[in-house]
Amino acid sequence: MTEFNVQTRSDGSVSILDVKGYLDAHTAPELEDAFNKLIDDGKYKVVVNLKDLNYISSAGLGVFMAYIETMRENGGDIKFSNLKKEVYNIFDLLGFPMLYEFYNDENEAIKKFNEQ
Amino acid sequence: MKIKTKEINRKIKVKSTTDNLSRIRDFIHKTGMECKLKKEAIGEIILAVDEACTNVIKHAYHFSPEGEIEINVKCKNNKFSVSITDKGEKFNIKDIKDPDLEEYHKEKRVGGLGIFLMKKLMDEVKYSHLTGNRNRVTLVKYLPN
Repeated sequence: MTEFNVQTRSDGSVSILDVKGYLDAHTAPELEDAFNKLIDDGKYKVVVNLKDLNYISSAGLGVFMAYIETMRENGGDIKFSNLKKEVYNIFDLLGFPMLYEFYNDENEAIKKFNEQ
Repeated sequence: MKIKTKEINRKIKVKSTTDNLSRIRDFIHKTGMECKLKKEAIGEIILAVDEACTNVIKHAYHFSPEGEIEINVKCKNNKFSVSITDKGEKFNIKDIKDPDLEEYHKEKRVGGLGIFLMKKLMDEVKYSHLTGNRNRVTLVKYLPN
């Protein structure tokens, strides 16, 4: 069984998704569920904390691509924080740093939302 | 005297379900370790094989759980080769162009990035159609001596 877990918490108006383990075509639907729940609740400012993410394939990256527009159209965004080097390398290969913000620390990403 | 490394051949056969992806990754990891590959190279091969198998599950078998995927690994000298064989729908890589990543994100296109990643991570990506309506993708990585 694939080890994977996604949990949502809040810091003021910002939602934080803690995504842990292995994100692949099998586990990506769980992440989609988490994003759908945020949209249902009208929460569009999202920090994705990937401190404990060990692995990501294009199926997982595709989830962020599928939701980014909705978040931005509603005054929010998806910002990433705390990535392991090997995980960041995959985001980088697919050109994510051109269009998404990455932070070393979750608090920097939250601060950025609060400044806007 | 040049020492010749022993050829290592390993095989796994799984059903076409996404829950088998972790099993496939474990298999590649184990074989990579056996061939004494560096951690970084193993990680790249694992992702490329995951992408190839995800494509088989999605596009060759259309998520039908009854399909079979056979994975053969061959490691000799400085060449690590993985072939992934299925009996699903034929797939033509020539139809797939490398995406312009900026346009890709702007157009909100999702999927199709797997092949791009495979090409970036491996030295060779080759598709072939075999007798008995079988399709094969072969992924090769050359390892530094």
